[in-house]
Amino acid sequence: MSDRSAPSHYAPGTHPDLPPPVRTTGIVGWVRANLLSSPLNVVLTLLSIWLLWTILPPAIHWLFTEAVWSAQDRKECWALMNEPRDAACWAFIRGSFELFVYGWYPEPERWRVNLTFILFIAAIVGGLRENIPGKKYWLIFAAAFPFIAAWLLLGGFGLEPVSTNKLGGILLTLVVAVTGISFSLPLGIALALGRRSNLPALRGVCVIFIEFIRGVPLITLLFVASTMLTYFLPPGSTFDLLMRVLIMVTLFASAYIAEVVRGGLQGLSTGQYEAADSLGLSYWKSHRLIILPQALKISIPGIVNTFIGSYKDSVLVLIIGMMDILGLGRARLNDPDWLGLAPELYIFISLFFFISCFAMSRYSLNLEKKLHTGH
Amino acid sequence: MNQETTSASTQSRLDPSDEKVISIKGMHKWFGDFHVLKDIDLQVARSERIVICGPSGSGKSTLIRCINRLEEHQQGSIVVDGTELTQDLKNIEIIRSEVGMVFQQFNLFPHLTVLENVTLAPIWVRKLPRAEAEEQAMQYLERVKIPEQAAKYPGQLSGGQQQRVAIARSLCMNPRIMLFDEPTSALDPEMIKEVLDVMIELAESGMTMLVVTHEMGFATAVADRVIFMDGGEIIEEKPPVEFFERPEHERTKLFLSQILHH
Repeated sequence: MSDRSAPSHYAPGTHPDLPPPVRTTGIVGWVRANLLSSPLNVVLTLLSIWLLWTILPPAIHWLFTEAVWSAQDRKECWALMNEPRDAACWAFIRGSFELFVYGWYPEPERWRVNLTFILFIAAIVGGLRENIPGKKYWLIFAAAFPFIAAWLLLGGFGLEPVSTNKLGGILLTLVVAVTGISFSLPLGIALALGRRSNLPALRGVCVIFIEFIRGVPLITLLFVASTMLTYFLPPGSTFDLLMRVLIMVTLFASAYIAEVVRGGLQGLSTGQYEAADSLGLSYWKSHRLIILPQALKISIPGIVNTFIGSYKDSVLVLIIGMMDILGLGRARLNDPDWLGLAPELYIFISLFFFISCFAMSRYSLNLEKKLHTGH
Repeated sequence: MNQETTSASTQSRLDPSDEKVISIKGMHKWFGDFHVLKDIDLQVARSERIVICGPSGSGKSTLIRCINRLEEHQQGSIVVDGTELTQDLKNIEIIRSEVGMVFQQFNLFPHLTVLENVTLAPIWVRKLPRAEAEEQAMQYLERVKIPEQAAKYPGQLSGGQQQRVAIARSLCMNPRIMLFDEPTSALDPEMIKEVLDVMIELAESGMTMLVVTHEMGFATAVADRVIFMDGGEIIEEKPPVEFFERPEHERTKLFLSQILHH
């Protein structure tokens, strides 16, 4: 203390807690520190400004200012611009919007799709929010939601039946992705626990399953689902194509989830297992109360990563002839009314995927922050 | 455990009716090819306090971990409170709910609050209603002198506080026997005293305790017997006064000279 350059005003042991100094740099200071602090940074800053100058105004011009928002077909669209392809023809998307969202779902029944979507949002919000009253009922509802959704979308028991090949576009993408994601998580956890089991038969089955699924591309499994599965089933039984695809997508994702969860389980210190054991907790109780909450929390980044991957993998159903949003979009491109508007289509589809995936990613960060209890 | 009867209980502590809560006979254990415990014979009476010491690698932690089946023995028998430790899961779970364990690394559950940590086992193993479990938990938290930390998470507590919560967590199951595996070895010196005070109070209330430790002051104050282990064998087993002043074996003398030096 006696080595200080400025003399202290306080006797030893009486120094009060002072607030930290306010950052005096402000925005000019930030610019100087981050953008102009060295010759290299100055060059990069100038380069970036030049790049933004050349790219942004034309992009905004093409995307928004000169874009045509309503027209009957491509010819009219381009007629409304200075030159064809001078700007985006969003009329294409607006004109095809219902097709892209509902596929070929019969018009009078579309309220069922809307209702399913609303219930889906409700199930997510209710199942995932912490302090919601009646949490138990929300969880039961979330668990029952897949069956409610199946009834609403496909009909039967009082609702007009709708054949599964009428599902298409965003509706089909969401059905495949959400089913795959929600069923693969419990299955993946079970596989991870089975792989760590002391029973050799169970462990063997889990390992074989996981390694086989990971060793084969999803497309191959989808081909198997669409062509070969009938050979493995009793003769005469038909199994709806959509159902086969859903099963394959779920099994595929669950193998990846299993490995992510297994990593989380390994990341727990053995002391946690021992403390749970020494208190007399059975295998299932200790896993439910102690082990899995911690392991799943560690695994959140890996799990959400796999979910986002599965979500985008749903476009692979295109290969076996099912029309998800990408398949339907490309089919619409061949419509003579809208020939040649590929950029608009792909921007729209990319935006759709980006918004959903980014939302999942942000939610997972939110979840991690909420669960962080400081250890 | 009631605190009012300390003086009375110290006198009638060692029950002359020879009731052995732990009876280990001819126990051997191997880790693969490594013979870690050799021919262990140990009898512990109710309310007896045993301190086990020895160099690292001597098998002392392994010995007490065999008692609640965190480790399996390959030969010999271990009988805890009348139940023999075998492969039978039911027996193991019965024994584990009667034997409490405190670890060197505390092993509190970091995703639960202190109160939830302590009430978890009574609620889920003893099936107590939540209100009753919480009341009992608060009593034990007061006994280890940290009732005000009940709503905090383990990550927010100091080492000494965490270890005391760990002790309260084990006590809440009302065990017959408490095992301590180097409870103060991971603590800063100024926190060792607060944990040892809790352990001394526990000992004086009549709990059967097996403590693996290097704290010889604790052994002198509270132990009925001190056991010295080396190389997987019990070398010497004596009441503390005789152990420290008249050790018999060379290895014991060597060990004592090394640790009592500071």
